Amino acid sequence: MTLPPKYRILLIGGSAGSMAVLVTLLNHFPSPFPIPVVIIMHRLKNVVSELDKLLSVQQVIREPEDKEQLLPGKIYLAPQNYHLLIEEDATISLDYSELVNFSRPAIDLSFTSAAAVFGAHVLGILLSGANNDGAAGLSRIIAAGGTGIVQDPATAEFDVMPQAAIDANPGVQAMSVEEIIHFINNISTENKS
Amino acid sequence: MVEGISNSDFTDLVKIIQQRYGYDFTNYAVASLKRRFIRFMAYKHINGIFELKHRLLNETHFFQEMVQYITVNVTEMFRDPSFYKALREQVLPRLASYPNIKIWHAGCASGEEVYSMAILLEEAGLMDRCRIYATDMNAANLKKAEEGKVTLKEMKDYTYNYIQSGGLHDFSGYYTAYADHVIIQPALKRNIIFFQHNLVTDQVFNEFQLICCRNVFIYFNKTLQERVVKLFYESLTSLGYLALGLKESLLYNEERVKFEPVNAANKIFRRKT
Repeated sequence: MTLPPKYRILLIGGSAGSMAVLVTLLNHFPSPFPIPVVIIMHRLKNVVSELDKLLSVQQVIREPEDKEQLLPGKIYLAPQNYHLLIEEDATISLDYSELVNFSRPAIDLSFTSAAAVFGAHVLGILLSGANNDGAAGLSRIIAAGGTGIVQDPATAEFDVMPQAAIDANPGVQAMSVEEIIHFINNISTENKS
Repeated sequence: MVEGISNSDFTDLVKIIQQRYGYDFTNYAVASLKRRFIRFMAYKHINGIFELKHRLLNETHFFQEMVQYITVNVTEMFRDPSFYKALREQVLPRLASYPNIKIWHAGCASGEEVYSMAILLEEAGLMDRCRIYATDMNAANLKKAEEGKVTLKEMKDYTYNYIQSGGLHDFSGYYTAYADHVIIQPALKRNIIFFQHNLVTDQVFNEFQLICCRNVFIYFNKTLQERVVKLFYESLTSLGYLALGLKESLLYNEERVKFEPVNAANKIFRRKT
């Protein structure tokens, strides 16, 4: 078995039923986290969202502004109504174009652009959800040599999203929430060494 | 289907477009523009970069279709209601002190935000001493904007936005509804001028008390943002207002020291002197 690559970015995508899981994950993250974390959650448009505040229980989670630099130890939440893309200089580009998979932010777009920039150094995690956003993005992460993980559909409140990703990607790993936490804590130590 | 574009192919495409058609995308944000190219190729069933280059070089009308497709023209009426509320409460009362008010909507796309502004001005009783210059680089957008035609299914969202922005009238009074679209009341257009202007290549053309340029910057890299903020600075009167999109920042811009925030959360700034 080859050693896992050192990750340079963690992306987490989720939709219906993923809030509670996300909160659990965040609460078990080492603080500060050794690499930048980007969270892409589907939400309603034109409703004032306080998701960043809701999630900022143990660590500060912020909606980035356009052109912000991705930094280790920071957790970024894709802003409501914008797609979040990553540029080659590891800055964030926001995009207000058409919805993708009925969503903006779309998980596929962030995953795909991270794969193009960070290649094998991307870890993508897809949680519960009721549509198939994220499946194509995870394919791109895996094709670039990165790692794709989904929440085990059996443990997800809505299994469509993780199941679509499994169907599209033989290389994806399905894990329970506990296993994901374990995995993340391991990479966090590896990245420090 | 093409899944990615190499940097050298990307540079070639941008060069072809610039030399052949005069549109300069050199300093656009790369990630987003690459995606727009790929999306256009999927739409036209083009299977490789070679074919795309070939058609760009040989078919003029092909580019017209491409520019419409690769530029982002998504907009809404009263997009971000909190911003419009801030305009009503903090900016319009100041503008009211000028005998003639000039406003520039830069990158207005199909005009939904221009008409939102017109409604605000009408309700503040300022419309008759106001002139709105609505510009876009894309002629097709301007044509659509001038028609004042909006899809009917969006009107529910827009009505909600209007009320959230502090609108006190019956929103349906501002348009006439047809089977699948509405037409904005032509009276709202009486002081709006639509014309083509490209922020990348064109210059200062007038002096304004307020410039709105919302969700345009995000498609530019820092170099181009710098140029455009300079252009805006030079186009503003002393103490004139600049409004950007909610997630757009002056932080990475040298010109930022010449502006002060009026409403930081809603990205309304003012020229200092």
